[in-house]
Amino acid sequence: MAVIKLSESKINFVKDICKQFNNNGGEVINVLHKVQGEFGYLSAEVQELVAEELHIPVARVYGIVSFYSFFTMTPKGRFPISVCLGTACYVRGAEKVIDELKRQLAVQVGGTTEDGKFSLNCLRCVGACGLAPVMMIGDKVYGRVTPDKVAGILAEYNN
Amino acid sequence: MIKLTIDNRPVEVAEGTTILKAARQAGIHIPTLCYFELAGMNFENKPGGCRVCVVEVVKDFNGRPRRNLAPACATECVEGMEVLTHSQRVINARRTVVELILSDHPTDCLTCAKSGQCELQTLAQTLGIREIPYKGEQSTYRVDMSPSIIRDVDKCIMCRRCENVCNNIQSVGALSAVNRGFQAVVAPAFEQDMVDSPCVMCGQCVQVCPVGALSEVDDTRKVMMAINDPKKTVVVQTAPAVRVAIGEEFGMEPGTIVTGQLAAVLRQLGFDYVFDTDFAADLTIMEEGTELLDRIKRFTEGDKSVRLPILTSCCPGWVNFFEHNFPDMLDVPSTAKSPQQMFGAIAKSYWTEKMNIKREDLVVVSIMPCLAKKYECKREEFYVNGNPDVDYVLSTRELARLIKQFNLDLNEMPTADFDDPLGESTGAAVIFGVTGGVIEAATRTAYEVFTGKKLDKIEFTELRGLEGIRDAWVDFNGTPIHIGIAHGLKNARTLLERVRKGEEQFHAIEVMACPGGCIGGAGQPYHHGNSDIIKKRFDATYEEDRNKPIRKSHENPSVIKLYKEFLGEPCGHKSHELLHTHYFDKSDHVEIGE
Repeated sequence: MAVIKLSESKINFVKDICKQFNNNGGEVINVLHKVQGEFGYLSAEVQELVAEELHIPVARVYGIVSFYSFFTMTPKGRFPISVCLGTACYVRGAEKVIDELKRQLAVQVGGTTEDGKFSLNCLRCVGACGLAPVMMIGDKVYGRVTPDKVAGILAEYNN
Repeated sequence: MIKLTIDNRPVEVAEGTTILKAARQAGIHIPTLCYFELAGMNFENKPGGCRVCVVEVVKDFNGRPRRNLAPACATECVEGMEVLTHSQRVINARRTVVELILSDHPTDCLTCAKSGQCELQTLAQTLGIREIPYKGEQSTYRVDMSPSIIRDVDKCIMCRRCENVCNNIQSVGALSAVNRGFQAVVAPAFEQDMVDSPCVMCGQCVQVCPVGALSEVDDTRKVMMAINDPKKTVVVQTAPAVRVAIGEEFGMEPGTIVTGQLAAVLRQLGFDYVFDTDFAADLTIMEEGTELLDRIKRFTEGDKSVRLPILTSCCPGWVNFFEHNFPDMLDVPSTAKSPQQMFGAIAKSYWTEKMNIKREDLVVVSIMPCLAKKYECKREEFYVNGNPDVDYVLSTRELARLIKQFNLDLNEMPTADFDDPLGESTGAAVIFGVTGGVIEAATRTAYEVFTGKKLDKIEFTELRGLEGIRDAWVDFNGTPIHIGIAHGLKNARTLLERVRKGEEQFHAIEVMACPGGCIGGAGQPYHHGNSDIIKKRFDATYEEDRNKPIRKSHENPSVIKLYKEFLGEPCGHKSHELLHTHYFDKSDHVEIGE
């Protein structure tokens, strides 16, 4: 028997969500959406529990998690960074900003720094194209970002 | 009814019929690749993904031509439709589709396990493809190997037959399509290895895979090395379902019985003694039948601790399945080992003693219709001091390859007999190869032992058939016995869940993991979705039973002798030690703690 360990509060939360959807396997995407909303990511353990509660194979849950780019299995950093790759931001150099972030944080897109402080992701358009290129840290929006501004922005999050 | 024309031929079909099926009805062959059907077994795979079966709809429901080509497997016929299955446009599209599939497919056909049986290879040949005009990136993935199955995803064409059979026929749920686009593969959860997943190694994924992405682990070389080792005595046992199927590999009609030729060819390959798993099947009936009667007797006497129904335990895929999925019911199945393992245990105790051979100098090889048997013989509890009861398992297909390597042909073989004493068997043992057969064999013996009377009619036809779930009442001289039968693991799950919920009571349930039982096993010659082949093997098995002079396990003289000389009583002390086993909880379970 393989025992998968999870904290009591996490187990209760997941079980609750599954119950809200009548433990119906057809609702797996909605369940995963809510669970990721709470935990920030979907660990293998959490996926096992969702599968158990919805009476579906865990391979199917993982199939869904790995298919949709919205779902992630990597824990987000305390300060999640999102760089807009919409058309406007892209043509104004968002990729160079990403390259600089990757270099300074030593992570790939989708990754989290070793100390768990920052995670780096891309998104498509935050509706602030006039400020392109745009990046967000948490809920805060930074406009007209250039590679040489990156160090300064990250420094705001010291302490 | 709907009237349409296919290739200018008028066709009339029922509403809801696909163009593919309408064409088949009219005798028109449309090539397919991802599509797979096992008629009568409730299995149809039609993701409409490969687009090989596209056809041109020159007149649609609105009287106008359809702009795009339509996949025949997933498009329903409509009144007045006019379809062309081999127009220039269709053939060009089909070629392009196959060329594109081949552009991301290893072209190692010469050394591929599926070569000659590969549906993609056949298709490329049929379409006359001589070069692949598209060059691009090739997807690469690690090779995953369990004791039974090799998964080489580079060859996968994403037809998803394996995923479908694993989830919808077997309800094992080990495989799923994961990731997306170019990275998409069919894999276990978290892309872990199959051995770490709930895979039960039934191998039905291998049986349905159109290409070489899923194949069996090949042990033929290990067996040849053992045969050529002068220090070793090598014995072989062959399972009941092999003799009604292996002929197909040599061009014989499905359902040809080749028992005698099989014994002859095994001797010619160099095995020192050619024995029969059927002998051990008779032995299994003695043990399992005794256990069944004991449980029924105690139950009718009011013993509340008795667990009924007794579940058969011959099928290793099924054993894996209940260990993964019914951990609360581990005390319900019979503790009797499978015939393969009983054979190994007796060969390496009784027979070595008789022949004065050291255990470690004896090599036991099995020929099985099954891939899960490869795993079963490696289970730790079937080892004694680091030496396994059964050393190697070859599937029916592997044996056919070995015979061909020796430039032998079953068609040209004389017939021969199995060696004594582990080669003698009855008709009851033969029918172990089909769904319903194990429980019929058990019933033949249990009836006579329980009632003390001779059976008037040996055949229990009420237990036979190919429906997925069956049940029958058998009258044991006034005591009605309720028997359940399931083949295909999803059917087994359904039946067992009914029992767990208390919706139905049985005295005994027989389960076989593969559709049709062992005759449809994953180690058998590929049936490519032709369920007539399974049906013919089914009929042949009962014919072989009828041909046997003795048809009840407890009348097998060698089995009687074995108990007299060595084992004592069925389910006695020595039997328990050698012929019975126990089961493990293999389920995943989430618990508090972090």
